[in-house]
Amino acid sequence: MSQPAGKRTVIGASPPRIEGREKVTGAATYVDDMQFGPSLLHGALKRSPIAHGRIVRIDASRARALPGVRVVVTGEDFPGLTGLYLKDRRIFALDRVRSVGEAVAGVAADTPEIAAQALDLIEVEYEELPGVFDPEYGASPEAPIIHPELASYEVVPFVFPQPGTNISNWFKVRKGDMAQGWAEADLVYEHKYRVPHVQHVPLETHVCVAQQNVNGKITLWSSSQSPFAQRNLIAKALHIDHSRLRVITPYVGGGFGSKAGVSMEGAAVALAMHAKGRPVKLRMTREEEFHTTFVRQGLVAILKMGMTKDGRITAMHNRFYWDGGASTEYGVNITRAAGYSGTGPYYVPNIHVDSYCVYTNHPVGGAMRGFGMPEIHFGIEQHIDEMAHRLGLDPVEVRLKNCLKDGDETLTGMPMHPTGLSECIRKAAAAINWGQETVSYSSTKRHGKGLAAMWKAPAMPPNPGSSALVRLNEDGTATVSIGGVDIGQGALTAMAQFAAEGIGIRVEDVRVNTVDTDYSPYEWQTVASRLTWSMGNAVLRAADAARTQVLQAVAEAWDEDISDLDIVDGQVISYRSEESIPLKNICIDGVQRKDGTFVGGPVVAQGRFMPDYVTPLDPETGQGPRAVVHFTTGCQAVEVEVDTETGEVQVLKIVSAYDVGKAINPELVRTQMEGGAVQGLSTALLEGLILDHGVPRNPNFTDYRIATAVDAPLETENIIVEVPQDDGPFGARGVGEHPMVPTAPAIANAIYNAVGVRLDSMPLTSEKVWAALQNNDI
Amino acid sequence: MNHTIHFTVNGEPFTLSVASHHTLLQVLREQLVLTGVKNGCEAGECGACTVLMNGEPVNSCLVLAPEADGATIVTVEGLAHDSQLDPLQEAFVAAGATQCGFCTPGILINSRALLDRNPDPTDAEIRAALVGNLCRCTGYIRIIDAVKAAAHAQREVQP
Ligand code: FES
Ligand code: FES
Repeated sequence: MSQPAGKRTVIGASPPRIEGREKVTGAATYVDDMQFGPSLLHGALKRSPIAHGRIVRIDASRARALPGVRVVVTGEDFPGLTGLYLKDRRIFALDRVRSVGEAVAGVAADTPEIAAQALDLIEVEYEELPGVFDPEYGASPEAPIIHPELASYEVVPFVFPQPGTNISNWFKVRKGDMAQGWAEADLVYEHKYRVPHVQHVPLETHVCVAQQNVNGKITLWSSSQSPFAQRNLIAKALHIDHSRLRVITPYVGGGFGSKAGVSMEGAAVALAMHAKGRPVKLRMTREEEFHTTFVRQGLVAILKMGMTKDGRITAMHNRFYWDGGASTEYGVNITRAAGYSGTGPYYVPNIHVDSYCVYTNHPVGGAMRGFGMPEIHFGIEQHIDEMAHRLGLDPVEVRLKNCLKDGDETLTGMPMHPTGLSECIRKAAAAINWGQETVSYSSTKRHGKGLAAMWKAPAMPPNPGSSALVRLNEDGTATVSIGGVDIGQGALTAMAQFAAEGIGIRVEDVRVNTVDTDYSPYEWQTVASRLTWSMGNAVLRAADAARTQVLQAVAEAWDEDISDLDIVDGQVISYRSEESIPLKNICIDGVQRKDGTFVGGPVVAQGRFMPDYVTPLDPETGQGPRAVVHFTTGCQAVEVEVDTETGEVQVLKIVSAYDVGKAINPELVRTQMEGGAVQGLSTALLEGLILDHGVPRNPNFTDYRIATAVDAPLETENIIVEVPQDDGPFGARGVGEHPMVPTAPAIANAIYNAVGVRLDSMPLTSEKVWAALQNNDI
Repeated sequence: MNHTIHFTVNGEPFTLSVASHHTLLQVLREQLVLTGVKNGCEAGECGACTVLMNGEPVNSCLVLAPEADGATIVTVEGLAHDSQLDPLQEAFVAAGATQCGFCTPGILINSRALLDRNPDPTDAEIRAALVGNLCRCTGYIRIIDAVKAAAHAQREVQP
């Protein structure tokens, strides 16, 4: 793509985040902070107490009669199906509940207290059905069927439900000759790994306010990663015009995937449609947040690999059973991503991968930072480590030998693009002095080192679009409108940098708007670590176009060639005539020609980007020329201290090295690496939703611990590797999710290195370490 | 039941009629529209709602509104003076210690309390002081760095 001329003063610099001051003063407004006045109604949802059952009867008459109750709605009011990739979900359960916490009715009342009282007055009678609480069992023919209507659900063409079973997607890879792969191997090793459900834990729980005005126009203020996807899905589910639904997203208090797509927002809109013009707020309690919006799916992975005695991987047969929960509208695509990434970042000649998305009576699984990759890498990266040890090989050397290099064929038959993976592995290993003995200062505190590599592609449809608008203001500043959301990753700042660089002004002179679908240009979703790359391209193109509008007018007025003109720090300059004029003098009123007339006018420019090269994959073999847009690769290395008396694991140091193509704002990249690493550490050591026959037993911060300041590693090192992305803006590709992908297996490998025990299920709690130590003479 | 309370918030006196079952968090957010005070759990487990009450950090979601009668409260909105940011606020922006920003007000307030009682805290003291403030974005390292930088800046000004 065309890139602006001139020196890059803004790209690769690290201005602090542009909304930082608002966030440290309490001025930043989140949805729950918006004021709606005394007409605001308070919504609440009646939820299923059972995991699986038929709804025999709902009687809401007593709730309706309660003074102060304004709206009561149930499934019969909104029977339509919704979902991002597979339409298998309703706003309210209709005839069957499939998980504890599924919404069966909604109320809106004058106060939260009345709303809570009304919920108690709604009577629901259930006939319990046998449940499915394990994905392997769920995929078996013995399991009760959770969605008998699966065959009738609308589904995107790249997802393959298996009607008559609980399998809502089956992604297959068949490549090479398995018999030959096993025959060439000196060691064949099979093992099963388990990853529990975890919760994203954004500090701000899901919250939205919906209002329908007298003309039928609906506005939804939503803490969302996907304002446009919400508009699309909700409009379709409720059969309303897209242009009559407006989604506004101010600042968002963390998402990590949980606020992608639609979860509880449809219920707020449904309530608002009956609220006679009054706004309705729906805010999840922390307990609701833990299990009723989205969770990260659980995984059972059965991995089998062959390796020669010099460390070459000859074959992989990997099976992934995803615990997709009661609906898999989003989870089906995680299953797909796991399938087409199912070897990890390695060249493997002979491959058999099955990735199954399985309905269970567990909470609904959705996108979470890493989108299936932390879960599959937990097994893959331990498996490779274990095989290296069994063969007496160095795990770093084994990874370097097998990891994908420029031109190697990936498991789906796509040639790997240039990647800095080997460099990431080498640099991460060097940063923990890999190969040097660790010194343990006490006989009960053992130190160990471990490392894990990763890859991850943006998991999305083949053609998600981005667009941007750039307007110049009377004072020479720029206003950038985008449809992507800053959920903390720093998108507003990165986009300001692209705009500043593209136009030729200072970052401080760029404002970037938060999203309002009535005014912001389209963006698919803030997911898949795709904004810097995709939306960045759109903003850069828009900025480029704005710059061209200015320069064309100046060229005409000054009778100069556009190639002799430039915009530097808000000044239009001519390298030929050495004339200059401030941008602010001309970006609205145009430029005066010699005869006194004007040329140009208000500068408004647009840019857009959509990948146009991703191909479908063969449903039977998973093969195709180009499965994904690109892979971001990387490696983490950790040092741990394990207390052999208590099993406690302290992470001393985490080194992260990722190939980001080009770091637009290196400090923001490093903060993503660091925050992701600690989130990875947290899930590795502490987290897991305890589900007892579908009933969540720890939906609060006392029983579900996340890492605090004392759990954070003592030291971090964040290494940026830059092998440019051919279609990335200035070569950039995304890195938002990747930093938590290899953390858990890196820690598990370090624990093995320290005390010789292998833990094949997350979280790696001190109890598990201690118990494993009892069976080991260490 | 309603109570009348008199208290000082960010230097200004207020007399309010509050519901006796409401929390200080609700009063601050809903009656005084000090929405910088965040609600992350309403159970005393996340620290997002931290305010200074008579100089001590408290989870405002655990304080009943009538208990605030006579108290002096400082919220994140009260940290800056005459648009001059608190050194902690400056340091949090500079160090990249805020991402989504939702935990930030509570962490700033708790850090203020720490620096008020200990102007030169060690890493371990900072970590221990902030253990009740959850942050899901930053990984805490830069928060610790920012508190140290602010402590340093503050000592430069008032040794
Ligand atoms: S809201 Fe008060 S501690 Fe979480
Ligand atoms: S910055 Fe998002 S929770 Fe701390």
